[in-house]
Amino acid sequence: MRKIWDIPGGIHPPENKKQSVDQSIGALPLPDRLVLPLNQHIGAPARPVVKPGDRVLKGQVVAEPHGIVSAGVHASTSGVVESISLHPVPHPSAMSSNCIIVRPDGEDRWIEHQGIADYGSRDPQQLLDIIRLSGIAGLGGAGFPASVKLGPRQPIDTLIINGTECEPYITADDMLMRERPGEIVAGIRILAHILGNPANILIGIEDNKPEAYDALEAALASNSSEGSDIELVDFPTKYPSGGEKQLIQILTGKEVPSGKLPAELGIVCHNVGTTQAIYRAIVLGEPLISRITTVTGQSCAINRNYDVLLGTPVRHLLANNGFDADSCPRLIMGGPMMGFTLENPEVPVIKTTNCILAPSREEMPPAPLPQPCIRCGMCAEACPASLLPQQLFWYAQSENFDRLEAHNLFDCIECGACAYVCPSNIPLVQYYRAAKGEIRTLKQEKIKADHSRQRFEFHKERLERAEAEKAAKREARRRATESARARGAEDDSGITASVATSTEASSTAATSPEAKAPEAGTSAAKATVEDIIMAAKARAEARKASPEQRRAALERGIEAARHRLDSTRQKLADGEADNLGEASLDKLRAAVEDARVKLADAEGKLAKLDLPDSNDSDPADSSRDTGSAERVAKKLGDSPRQQLQGKIAAINNRIAVTEQKLAELTDAATLDALRSGLDKQRQKLAEAQQQLSALPVDTAPAPVESPVQDAAAAAITRAREKAARLAQMSPEEKLRSNLDSLVSRLDKARARLATAIAENADHVETLRTTVVNLESKVREAETKLAQGDH
Amino acid sequence: MYDIIAQEPLIAALTALVGLAVVFGAVLGFAAVRFKVEGDPIVDQIDSLLPQTQCGQCGHPGCRPYAEAIANGEAINKCPPGGQTTINALANLLDVPAPELDAEHGVESEVKKVAYIREDECIGCTKCIQACPVDAILGAAKQMHTVIASECTGCDLCVEPCPVDCIDMLPLTPTLADWRWQLPPPTPSLLNRQSKANIIATDRGGSAAA
Ligand code: SF4
Ligand code: SF4
Ligand code: SF4
Ligand code: SF4
Repeated sequence: MRKIWDIPGGIHPPENKKQSVDQSIGALPLPDRLVLPLNQHIGAPARPVVKPGDRVLKGQVVAEPHGIVSAGVHASTSGVVESISLHPVPHPSAMSSNCIIVRPDGEDRWIEHQGIADYGSRDPQQLLDIIRLSGIAGLGGAGFPASVKLGPRQPIDTLIINGTECEPYITADDMLMRERPGEIVAGIRILAHILGNPANILIGIEDNKPEAYDALEAALASNSSEGSDIELVDFPTKYPSGGEKQLIQILTGKEVPSGKLPAELGIVCHNVGTTQAIYRAIVLGEPLISRITTVTGQSCAINRNYDVLLGTPVRHLLANNGFDADSCPRLIMGGPMMGFTLENPEVPVIKTTNCILAPSREEMPPAPLPQPCIRCGMCAEACPASLLPQQLFWYAQSENFDRLEAHNLFDCIECGACAYVCPSNIPLVQYYRAAKGEIRTLKQEKIKADHSRQRFEFHKERLERAEAEKAAKREARRRATESARARGAEDDSGITASVATSTEASSTAATSPEAKAPEAGTSAAKATVEDIIMAAKARAEARKASPEQRRAALERGIEAARHRLDSTRQKLADGEADNLGEASLDKLRAAVEDARVKLADAEGKLAKLDLPDSNDSDPADSSRDTGSAERVAKKLGDSPRQQLQGKIAAINNRIAVTEQKLAELTDAATLDALRSGLDKQRQKLAEAQQQLSALPVDTAPAPVESPVQDAAAAAITRAREKAARLAQMSPEEKLRSNLDSLVSRLDKARARLATAIAENADHVETLRTTVVNLESKVREAETKLAQGDH
Repeated sequence: MYDIIAQEPLIAALTALVGLAVVFGAVLGFAAVRFKVEGDPIVDQIDSLLPQTQCGQCGHPGCRPYAEAIANGEAINKCPPGGQTTINALANLLDVPAPELDAEHGVESEVKKVAYIREDECIGCTKCIQACPVDAILGAAKQMHTVIASECTGCDLCVEPCPVDCIDMLPLTPTLADWRWQLPPPTPSLLNRQSKANIIATDRGGSAAA
């Protein structure tokens, strides 16, 4: 006989187990629909792998595990996937969650499946994968994925099978042990193999289940060839000896330290139901699609255990048990100590549903009114985790989370023993649950806040860096501008001269980067380009000088022109005096004419400048000035193809001009010079055309830009128009148009949701919220409109 | 040695004291260098209690500047996103009485919110990106923008700059994952006899004891 330890505290509530063990485990007719929540376990929800309208067979995967701590979901009978949608799920919050809804076809046809009889020769990892894909999560109540618990990093020397079932009313494990002990024992062998045959394998049973004990003993004896190493232990009944840490303490005397896992002591603990499910998954190849659930309570005519298909609505279960809704104040999923109230009987039976309790009013009267704590200390005596429940209660009330954690709130297993014994009827467990939730939320918020802080700091740093870069660039430009200005001032000896330099500058500016850009690094090229643009702009700016300066410049120009006129006249007179040839005299005459025209021109400009309303520069002149800067900028911003095209056009132009000149001229020397220039130009043209044809087809970013910009402008105008229209509308019209736009948005959102669901996209949840929000907005708008009508 | 002490007790005592002072001074000086605390710990501590929404409702350009201001004696009740919880935590840290939230800076919102861009209305002007203090918006010029919901602190700063008003602050709907139990009604009085506390653990089995 093995030595048994005792746990501190504990209580002996009325067991109420007898009424549901009279009949054997039953089966239920197929319900008319099965609701399979995607998250029936602790961890990440499974991901659906079927679409509405798909035919599924019994045992077919409908959702795959997603992430390590997750479990798959399987169709529990054959049928058609009706939808994947929000449906109330068994949860204390009474909220809805994503479920796959299957309409059974009544055939109950299995998918092809095959077990592994010789699991002993298989790699444990392979078996773990099967367990994971079979969707097995702890059937005892918590629903922790079994494969995770079976793959610990530490070596395991003790495997404990939990057949305690200490909570009142529940008999699911009891009946399972009585009727299917062989499967449990076979399952234990598989677990032992996976865990590397630990030295101790213990089955713990409370002594209020002698039949189960005998059945297991017989099963162990019949398979004694290998069964000798499994030890069956019974111990005195006490609530809550079925808690994992409590059972470990009872069977081994070891206390699992606060915040540690049993695996760290080399212990793994599994429920009998989980063990049996693992047997079926490995040896028979059947995934977890059903479980034993107790249906009990005085509001049910029949109290019995059923092998229930997962996803069966609770209503269906009750309907087959003569449920009397009038006598039942509330439905409870789980036991009376740790279960929770079901608000909606449509919720399905899930992997962790060990009991549906439908008590009558006398059986479970409404909770009595809480009274102030009298500090009697009974709660501390009852606590199996050796906590100080009344202290925790005080701190939870005052939300003193530091003290709560210091008092090991997280060691509380929420067994309810303290609340059960409390003479003041204080709902202690609810305080602890709320406080735990609050602490977890605060911790999460803290993590998020730290994350936000990091991002904010990075954001600041990024801005600072960008600012520094900008400042450096600005400085470079300023310097370039200054030097350009200095240069500009040097050769600004007259308008004509400066215009000439500007065109010259722009042409060199346009050509030089073309030559440089390919070799230089892009950033360097950009910098030079920008500098050149800046310089050209600065020059143009300088030329748009004040009227006084312009006037001075013009006057200087006139002066110069007059001087030239004088000197040419002088030359002409000299020439006539010297009896030069007619040709030279003509030339001189032309020069005189030229000088006169220029002088007249300059004087005209000056006159214009003197007019009060047009003290601005000559439009053509200024446009040429700024134009040159713009041309430079444009040229530099152009794509290579555009640049080449521009170049070709310019060369063509020049050729035309030269040809014209050639036709006019007769002087032999100039003719030759012009001809050779023309040849050079033609050569350049040929080169440029070749380059152009060598260039890949232009990606032409320019045309893309304009429509988008137009879209922006259009959106803004649309918004403006809308506002204007709204301003003119009557309130009712406003409401109606608002409703219309909402409805159209809703339609759009619905369509998007449908596609998202069909594609099984990640953002289904968001879209769904949007739809729900929009729906509520539409409803609001409708009611407003209706009110307006009256 | 003893002679000197016996003959000149005053000088001996003074020498001993000065010697001790020199030794301890050296030790303390060394410790000050060796165990120097980096940064300003009180500002860090205050900053770590602030919600890091970076919304500027406190009148400072971010949470840390406000933390610095608090360290310099500014009131601790100016952070609406943090609400009373933050004020209490700050009061606890600084050992001062916890005031109510200063309504001048806004009210604590009941539900957490997250920005949502109606994407087909976005014109891609990037104004919202420039406004977001935590870079929670993704997009590029003339492209559709979107909010990375998990990074958004719900600070509201991106809503105002949007020229086409396509950003909504949506309340975060509670999901199963972040649902939590609420505290039972605090004062059990005869008046709230109807209070529906969701408990079963207190049930005594009553008459049905089998
Ligand atoms: S609910 Fe928590 S505090 Fe109360 S008895 Fe159980 S373990 Fe102890
Ligand atoms: S049992 Fe109830 S009344 Fe007694 S100390 Fe605990 S909480 Fe207070
Ligand atoms: S997306 Fe908007 S609300 Fe969210 S953090 Fe950025 S600026 Fe604040
Ligand atoms: S401010 Fe508005 S329009 Fe501009 S990029 Fe952001 S969401 Fe789009």
